[in-house]
Amino acid sequence: MMIRHTLPDTLLMGYAAGTLPEAFNLVIAAHVSLSEDARVRLGAFEAVGGAMLDTADAAGMTDDSLDRMMARLEGLPQANARAPLAGDEVYPAPLADYMERGLHWQSVGKGVKQAILKTDRAASARLLRIPAGQAMPGHGHKGMELTLVLQGAFLDGSTRFGRGDIEVATAETDHTPIAEAGMDCICLAATDAPLKFRDLLPRLAQPFFKI
Amino acid sequence: MTGGEGQTDWAALVVRVRDFQDKAAFAALFRHFAPRVKGFLMKSGASDSLAEECAQDVMATLWQKAHLFDASRASVGTWVFTIARNRRIDALRKSRRPEPEDLPWGPEPEPDQAEALEMQQETTRLGEALAQLPEKQRALIERAYYGDLSHSEIAEETGLPLGTIKSRIRLALERLRHHMT
Repeated sequence: MMIRHTLPDTLLMGYAAGTLPEAFNLVIAAHVSLSEDARVRLGAFEAVGGAMLDTADAAGMTDDSLDRMMARLEGLPQANARAPLAGDEVYPAPLADYMERGLHWQSVGKGVKQAILKTDRAASARLLRIPAGQAMPGHGHKGMELTLVLQGAFLDGSTRFGRGDIEVATAETDHTPIAEAGMDCICLAATDAPLKFRDLLPRLAQPFFKI
Repeated sequence: MTGGEGQTDWAALVVRVRDFQDKAAFAALFRHFAPRVKGFLMKSGASDSLAEECAQDVMATLWQKAHLFDASRASVGTWVFTIARNRRIDALRKSRRPEPEDLPWGPEPEPDQAEALEMQQETTRLGEALAQLPEKQRALIERAYYGDLSHSEIAEETGLPLGTIKSRIRLALERLRHHMT
């Protein structure tokens, strides 16, 4: 699989540092699952964290800390790592946890369906299913939107985003993504602010669909 | 375990914890890493007592997950950092961090000792490189890792010396890539 549009270093660093909203973490974990390049860069940014820890100012532990620790080890079982849920050919493993209770697909018009995933409230995540050849309502952004393609492809202007590709849209981006003909496009999208729709109808529907 | 602190082979100590539940090895790891984890968590906004508890949790995880540590993929410091980071997300941010799908790592069950050492030295060199960054840039990186920068600030931050960092960790990158075939 050829991934042409990958995450910027800054966001990978945020993921490595562990400071992003859960919805963004989910999109990034799914992207890293599909992109060897992103995985390698992530390893590097985690190494930066390791180096920072190595050189961090030590804070004194309480006097009995080690004794309490050693007592705690008694009878502590080896972590039998819960076998992680597996992904499938469309949904990478990090999504499996969120889909375990089933997806609630709702129609948002023009054949487009969405399923909201439960995450912390700092940002929201959803799966989108766009019929082949269909355009999403044109919209701009108040914050940041990450869109990862899981199946099919979409075109934004002349740029094509296929499986594993990620588009980062910011407040400056105003776009009308169109699903490529031939196959329904499934995307995982996360945003930290409501989208700004150009047309009245999607604007009216917004509160109901939490977009 | 002889010589200065910089020469301590932490990975070998983790292996002793893994293979023999060696408490002396664990105590040495605790003395080195627990105060650093505590300091890291306090800089991230935890109180002294919460940071102390979390540092203990992190070290307990090290004890329990020693068999999952792969010295050819990460230094012990990097591994402990990821455990501490996840604990911070749990305890301080009350949030979750989904993990990427695990990859099959090829047919090398026991990492080469020299490779493991090199990975550890790479992290040490990376630390030296960070220390040599201009004060302003180093402060930015620290703010990013301690959670003082919001995600939009991180995304828009152009002063982050990512180019410098990346050139320093080229070797670590190549090693990771080599293992991911």
